[in-house]
Amino acid sequence: MAILLSDSTRVIVQGITGREAVTFTKGMLDYGTRVVAGVTPGKEGHRVYGVPVYNCVETAMRNHEANTSIVSVPPGFAKDATFEAIDVGIELVNVFTERIPRGDVAQMIEFARQKGVRIVGPNSLGMISPGRVKLGPAGGPLSECNRAFTPGSVAVLSRSGGMLTETCSLLSQNGIGQSIAINIGGDPIVGSAFFDLLPLLEDDPETKAIVLFCEPGTFQEEETARFVKETSYSKRIVAFIAGSFVDTMPGMRFGHAAVIVHGESGATRTKAKVMREAGIVVVDFHSEIVAAVKKILNQS
Amino acid sequence: MRLYEFESKKILSSYSIPVPKGRVVTSSQEARIFAQEVAGPIALKAQVLATGRGKVGGVRFAESPQEAEQVAQEMLKAEIQGYAVKSLLVEERLDIEQELYVGCTYDEVKKTPLIICSSLGGVDINEVSRKHPEKIHKSSVSSFMGLQPYKAWELVQNLDLPAKLPWAAQAILLKLWGFFSQFDAILAEINPLVLTSRGELAALDAHIEIEDDALFRQKERLGRFQIEEREDKARPPTPFEIEAAQIDKADYRGVAGRVIQFDGNLGLLIGAGGGSLTTFDAVLRYGGKPANYCEVGGNAPVSKICKLAKLVLSKPGVEGIAVITNVYSNSRVDFVARGLIKAMVELGMDPKSYPVLFRSAGAFEEEGYAILRKYGVRYYDRSTSMDEAAGLAVEMIKKGS
Repeated sequence: MAILLSDSTRVIVQGITGREAVTFTKGMLDYGTRVVAGVTPGKEGHRVYGVPVYNCVETAMRNHEANTSIVSVPPGFAKDATFEAIDVGIELVNVFTERIPRGDVAQMIEFARQKGVRIVGPNSLGMISPGRVKLGPAGGPLSECNRAFTPGSVAVLSRSGGMLTETCSLLSQNGIGQSIAINIGGDPIVGSAFFDLLPLLEDDPETKAIVLFCEPGTFQEEETARFVKETSYSKRIVAFIAGSFVDTMPGMRFGHAAVIVHGESGATRTKAKVMREAGIVVVDFHSEIVAAVKKILNQS
Repeated sequence: MRLYEFESKKILSSYSIPVPKGRVVTSSQEARIFAQEVAGPIALKAQVLATGRGKVGGVRFAESPQEAEQVAQEMLKAEIQGYAVKSLLVEERLDIEQELYVGCTYDEVKKTPLIICSSLGGVDINEVSRKHPEKIHKSSVSSFMGLQPYKAWELVQNLDLPAKLPWAAQAILLKLWGFFSQFDAILAEINPLVLTSRGELAALDAHIEIEDDALFRQKERLGRFQIEEREDKARPPTPFEIEAAQIDKADYRGVAGRVIQFDGNLGLLIGAGGGSLTTFDAVLRYGGKPANYCEVGGNAPVSKICKLAKLVLSKPGVEGIAVITNVYSNSRVDFVARGLIKAMVELGMDPKSYPVLFRSAGAFEEEGYAILRKYGVRYYDRSTSMDEAAGLAVEMIKKGS
């Protein structure tokens, strides 16, 4: 059963009465995900597509055992909401909120580490174990979602939410299914970076190959390459690095908060170089991911 | 948001970090008066947000009031990396014995605050870490505990300072941390921190960046130093980019409107985030010349897409437009299609003859394709990859149809 998500995944949505949250809660329920409760302070007693809403995560937990939480609240409240989830014993917190101050994110991650909790995000659009469970809007409504994400043996990790769906759709159309697909989030500091998730995927019998969708900025790809090289990582990885034009425009921010290059720092050419040196297959065009993955699957 | 040097120094000195005696001036007369008051050599520093201004004439010196006036006059007419020099920070010139570095930032790999110091200051710290990694001393700190005195003391032992000064350096480092954490900074560096011939430490230059996403709660604190929220890009925005930003601001819905101007002939609406990076790269690799970068995603409404499409289509030199997005999860294909068609119709363009290409898929794609069919726009679904669509768009511009 892939990583992070399983048959026993039971979800609380924090901020469930928000516009986006209402929509993706419906999508999750349609997909078969067990959304057991929602939390919005002041809205206890309401229901969202039948899901009961509580004032606190603590009450929600007492009434419905949950192990996973989605944080979809405004940026100023995201740290508190995440602390709350960690404090009451949630094991996996998927933070969707965008634009959380970096200092808050560092504290969220530090507290999670102390309590042995995993954070995915912030600025994540969720994750999906195709055919089983999904968190968040990944893939959109059910029929669309089933076209993009199909069960299989490739793990897809992406810094971009939109490109997670695109990448899986591309693989699915070519008959390649996914074991798990995760949008790790587009921020400079995220709870689960590529290099944090690779050890889990190495132990996952369902995953035969891994695809990484990378972007300019941060040292995430560099650190991932270092990890792969130093641990002689056993599974084959295909990476695509979007935005090489950003290398020529230092100091300019494109798309996600983390996409900014200063000289060699964060440049895609550096990332491609160190990833190739570590044995990762780096493709130049996004659509070349298919051939590269096929080759790996045929060899194994 | 990056702060100007004079702003940074104003804040740091409020934390009792010593800075050289100085003043912000906007005229050469004021520079002369300051030099007269100092009665000694002064430094004149252009207040621009360009990095490495020292190498391009952004920092100069004067020995006399007359020279100060002359130099100030020249500098106030200059442009540095595209920025007009509107003001100078004039300072007494210190007699420097040693240049050091102290800074606070975040470690993206360890995901903690990071305190850095080095006995090699006055140059880019990244360069020092490449050439003399042994001269860089770093320490991750808990974001709950912060920088503790013992840790600051441990770090300043590496600065090779003469007797008694490590105490002063420790105090400065702790004050810098205090500022960093209270102001939601993501970078606060004093570079160089100088040791003067009088045996004192002073912050000769400082680089501070405040987290954009924390400005909502830092407004009041920054306001006390007359610092207001502002746009912060590597170069000043063009009128085209300003107009796009206004369209974005007028309607909060949707990730749409992050626009950057290029000088090519292919107008682009692409998106969003990683999708726009992928498409833009593919267009360039196929030899295309983008007229702009513009993201569309996050379920932007028809009206917003229409306004952005109009802006791009009206840009001088644009010979065609391509709308290329990833398979959408939380946006609607039909909204994007409607926005594009509406823009073309309102501008009196015929979608049948004008070079236009559309590739998107996901929610409400059938409704979107139906509209495009009706108006004769060539469209592609998910069976055409984003790369292929980019290649087709480049070809379309070359053929002119």
